[in-house]
Amino acid sequence: MNKVVKAVTDGRGTITYRIKLDLKRNWQLYLMILPIIMYYLIFKYGPMFGLSIAFMDYKPARGILGSHFVGFKHFENFFTNYYFFRLLKNTLKISFCLLITFPCPIILALLLNELKSAAFSKVAQTITYIPHFISTVVVCGLVITLTSSSGGITSILHILFGIEKKSLLNTAGNFLPVYVFTELWQTLGWNSIIYLSALTGIDQQLYDAAKVDGAGRFQRMLHVTLPGLTPTIVIMFILKIGKIFNVGYERVMLLYNPAIYETSDVINTYVYRMGLISGKYSYSAAVGLFNCVVSFALVMLTNKISNKVNGSGLW
Amino acid sequence: MMKAHTTDTSNIEFSMLERSKTKKTATKKLKCSVGSRIFDVFNVILISFMMLCVLLPLIHVVAASFSDPVKYAAHEGLLIFPEGFSTKAYEAVARNKNIITGYMNTIFIVVFGTTLSMILTIIAGYVLSRRNVGLNRFFTILLVFSMYFDGGMIPFYLVVKGVGLNNSIWSLIIPTAVNTYNLVIMRTAMSSVPESLIESAQMDGAKHWTILWKIMVPLVKPTIAVLVLFYAVSNWNSWFNAMLFIRDRAGYPLQLVLREILIQNDMSMMTAGAGGDEFMLSETIQYATIVVATLPILAIYPFIQRYFVKGVMIGAVKG
Repeated sequence: MNKVVKAVTDGRGTITYRIKLDLKRNWQLYLMILPIIMYYLIFKYGPMFGLSIAFMDYKPARGILGSHFVGFKHFENFFTNYYFFRLLKNTLKISFCLLITFPCPIILALLLNELKSAAFSKVAQTITYIPHFISTVVVCGLVITLTSSSGGITSILHILFGIEKKSLLNTAGNFLPVYVFTELWQTLGWNSIIYLSALTGIDQQLYDAAKVDGAGRFQRMLHVTLPGLTPTIVIMFILKIGKIFNVGYERVMLLYNPAIYETSDVINTYVYRMGLISGKYSYSAAVGLFNCVVSFALVMLTNKISNKVNGSGLW
Repeated sequence: MMKAHTTDTSNIEFSMLERSKTKKTATKKLKCSVGSRIFDVFNVILISFMMLCVLLPLIHVVAASFSDPVKYAAHEGLLIFPEGFSTKAYEAVARNKNIITGYMNTIFIVVFGTTLSMILTIIAGYVLSRRNVGLNRFFTILLVFSMYFDGGMIPFYLVVKGVGLNNSIWSLIIPTAVNTYNLVIMRTAMSSVPESLIESAQMDGAKHWTILWKIMVPLVKPTIAVLVLFYAVSNWNSWFNAMLFIRDRAGYPLQLVLREILIQNDMSMMTAGAGGDEFMLSETIQYATIVVATLPILAIYPFIQRYFVKGVMIGAVKG
């Protein structure tokens, strides 16, 4: 036995030996994954390397290596820009409103779970999932049409609340509610699935025990169901925090118009207009980099807090 | 507080042990019927209301698309039944060549994009799920880091352009070929396959490539089905990259054509031959376009719904 151990450790535990062994055993696997690693290096890490143009005056004709290094000039320009606070305010405002709607899918899952009739529950699920399968472009187009001056929603609001009959999305103050309701309409049902599936994972014995202890329906919901959902809620919340600075800009870009930039322009839409419409690559890359760094820091922070408070997080 | 409460009630329960079982359930039912009943009714009403909120706009779309344009213009609020009946809007949509080429391009993207994505995801998932592979830790970190930190829109645009994919339909397929989240799901599914199956195949002299396609893939079919749907739907819905990269109108995928018609209100293609009531027609055309563009997905949706739900559940398993 000792001999064997010695034979293995005798000069064979060295790093070079292990690498050789690993390559000999796994070269097929490495060959297989090579294209995927290439893909990641080019299309995921390439852009990260490309972020260096944020510190340069990038000219497409000169390329990255030929462009002049200018340090933090673009960042300074952005932070002192007239639009900086407007963008920050809009981005945070929209994200904050979306955070308020965070409990909605959880509540929906709880309500669906409490339905007595399985058939009704199934129908309700099928119907509330539908909007997820309609593309964002179509949903936003539909919203724009329905909230136009002659649109169905505008006229309903006109009858109910007597609002003026003009396009809702032409008034700056209306963008936020329209945006939040659009997002809620499209994602509410679908987002509840993950909680519904977590609900099925809760041990039935806990419910029985609570019942024996005399806990009523609401107490069971509060003391058994909610704690059972907590890990899922925490993970979803962290993921949501990470997206604070990346508010669904595709939806914003489809819904907004120049008349209401004041309340609807967010960092990412600004990056798009500056970079790809106006061609200020370096400047908008700097804005984008700011966005990435803050998002990343937020995820890290939330994860750390959740690990401390809850003992569980993303990693 | 909760603890005190439970001990209290269990004491009561104890003292009431002599009660007959039937009596106990009877009182329980009675207890249910007071507050609980009200909640049940309230619950059903609330959920029915939400279903209405989802369905009414959709019903309106279908009803409006079949409405007579002139009568529709005079109407207020959401429709449940068409106002009059006309298929003019659909005729206009059929005249629009862009929608047809858009459909073709999107189908191409969905078919080839999903195939490529699946091949890469399956291979990577297999490699990453193997144990005793020295570099796997490094690969995993490389992949997962890119989930939380990305270069952003402008550098991505420059990279895709630099690779020479600009204005090519492949720019909508290759740069987004692998989704890390889906890859993690695949890896998780593959690592739960018993190692002994793989080992015994290796003993028989099978290479990894053969093991992957002959043994592993049949075993993780449900996960593959789910991921095919995930990739297909995201390919079908994506428009942003097309807006960045596609210049020629002939290369527009369906969603970009839809954006022109629905968001930018550009219907010159369709109203041109319609004669006098162009303006009246434009809104019903938009509705008809929505129906034409959404119907295929909604038609197959009931049949594939359970796969999607399963997919979300697979994804929920932390991996």
